[in-house]
Amino acid sequence: MIRFDSVTKTYPKQNRPALRDVSLEIEKGEFVFLVGSSGSGKSTFLRLILREERTDTGMVHVLGKDLARLSNWKVPQMRRQLGTVFQDFRLLPNKTVAENVAFALEVIGKPRGTIRKTVPEVLDLVGLAGKEDRMPGELSGGEQQRVAIARAFVNRPMLLIADEPTGNLDPQTSVGIMRLLDRINRTGTTVVMATHDQNIVDQMRKRVIELEKGRLVRDQSRGVYGYQH
Amino acid sequence: MRAQFVLSEIGVGLRRNLTMTFAVIISVALSLALAGGSWLASQQVDAMKGYWYDKVQVSIFLCNKADAKSTPSCSKGAVTDEQKKAIKADLEKLPVVETVFYESSQEAYKHYQEQFKDSPVAGSLSPDQLQESYRVKLKDPTKVQVVSSAFAGRPGVQEVQDQRKLLKNLFDLLGGMTAVAFGTMLFMVIVAMLLIINTVRVSAFSRRRETGIMRLVGASGFYIQMPFIAEAAFAGLVGGGVACGMLMTGRYFLIDHGLKLQDKIPLVNFLGWGDVIKVLPLVLVVSMLMPALAALVTLRKYLKV
Repeated sequence: MIRFDSVTKTYPKQNRPALRDVSLEIEKGEFVFLVGSSGSGKSTFLRLILREERTDTGMVHVLGKDLARLSNWKVPQMRRQLGTVFQDFRLLPNKTVAENVAFALEVIGKPRGTIRKTVPEVLDLVGLAGKEDRMPGELSGGEQQRVAIARAFVNRPMLLIADEPTGNLDPQTSVGIMRLLDRINRTGTTVVMATHDQNIVDQMRKRVIELEKGRLVRDQSRGVYGYQH
Repeated sequence: MRAQFVLSEIGVGLRRNLTMTFAVIISVALSLALAGGSWLASQQVDAMKGYWYDKVQVSIFLCNKADAKSTPSCSKGAVTDEQKKAIKADLEKLPVVETVFYESSQEAYKHYQEQFKDSPVAGSLSPDQLQESYRVKLKDPTKVQVVSSAFAGRPGVQEVQDQRKLLKNLFDLLGGMTAVAFGTMLFMVIVAMLLIINTVRVSAFSRRRETGIMRLVGASGFYIQMPFIAEAAFAGLVGGGVACGMLMTGRYFLIDHGLKLQDKIPLVNFLGWGDVIKVLPLVLVVSMLMPALAALVTLRKYLKV
């Protein structure tokens, strides 16, 4: 599903690489937490998967494709098989809940019939049935993140990338979001989630990958947020 | 591609930038009206030059039957074949002469009809009212005097005409005005381009949230850029429409009504509506392509795809 081979990435005008010689493999259907302090390289790791950035050396394979050899015009096709969720939700404030989800299908040219059918289904899945016509501003943070997850999942991606999806939410709401992501994972979708939330990582007991100053320092199945010293 | 979705996005984008859109429309309209106007002006000059203007410097008109009564130099009657032969032989002997063309009255009639096809005077002449002529191309175009002193007043010659003397000043004036219009047009095009670039930039910035999401969910570059390009092309097309209106109004006002140049100078073959209308599709196409290209180039810089 995802394979990093000795990946190094340095941003322009930076001395220290954001990622240094990272190698790892994530299998289909896995649920992986990506942990590490700010500046440890988590975001760079996710951006490389999305091909927002390219490696300096080393190879990144996503969904069986070598991203270095993927031509620019094929990138959108690749991204259609990924879903992305962010800490700040990134909803369109002037569109309703249903329109926000439908937007993701409209812009990749899906027929209207498909959109009418799948949008209510996925809103039902994330627990927002009955709130289709609300505006994002009228929703709580947790509900907004559910809309974002619905939008990421509506195209049934093979892989869901979540960059601190619970970062703006209270612990109670976060648990609900994690349940939802777990459910999505159980449908067969691989989930890679960057997080700072110790409680969540400790409770879920999934694979944990820890980065520190750009290096892979821990890769532990059924891990916890940090080592117990 | 969902046409309705794209169209609604274009509408939202144009309304959001209403003042900038107006500026784009006006600058595109002005630059294309000037471009179309200067093109039409140069066509007008070409039309007035007629068949011989750019080919020869001197025309030697020969007497025909009608001239015998009206023109003193032709009082001995129409030109004879011997006179014609002698004139041609003498012309070819002159060292300043490069080529001599002969135009029969039938050919003269044909050229006349072509030149004045849009003008009411076209039907008022018959072939035998027009003179046969020798049209002379000189090695040195300034040596017109050599030919006219040798042939003026010779039997069978009605008149020796310096081809350029009559119209040169007028053409110089028209050419100068065309050049000024063209130069102004170049500046207007630059203004239009800068406005389009800025409009697209503002538009891309104000919609960066949408385009960011589009990128993430895998919309193609074309789909992301299309609304911006279509927006620019649409504003340009409106400007092109205004430019077409200005060209039509210009002809209407200058030639038919208002200044009524056609009534004042009936002997000039002014461009017809057909000539103006032929320019309009080109104006419209350019009015769409120019902003679309400017938008495309701008987006490469300001919109990551």
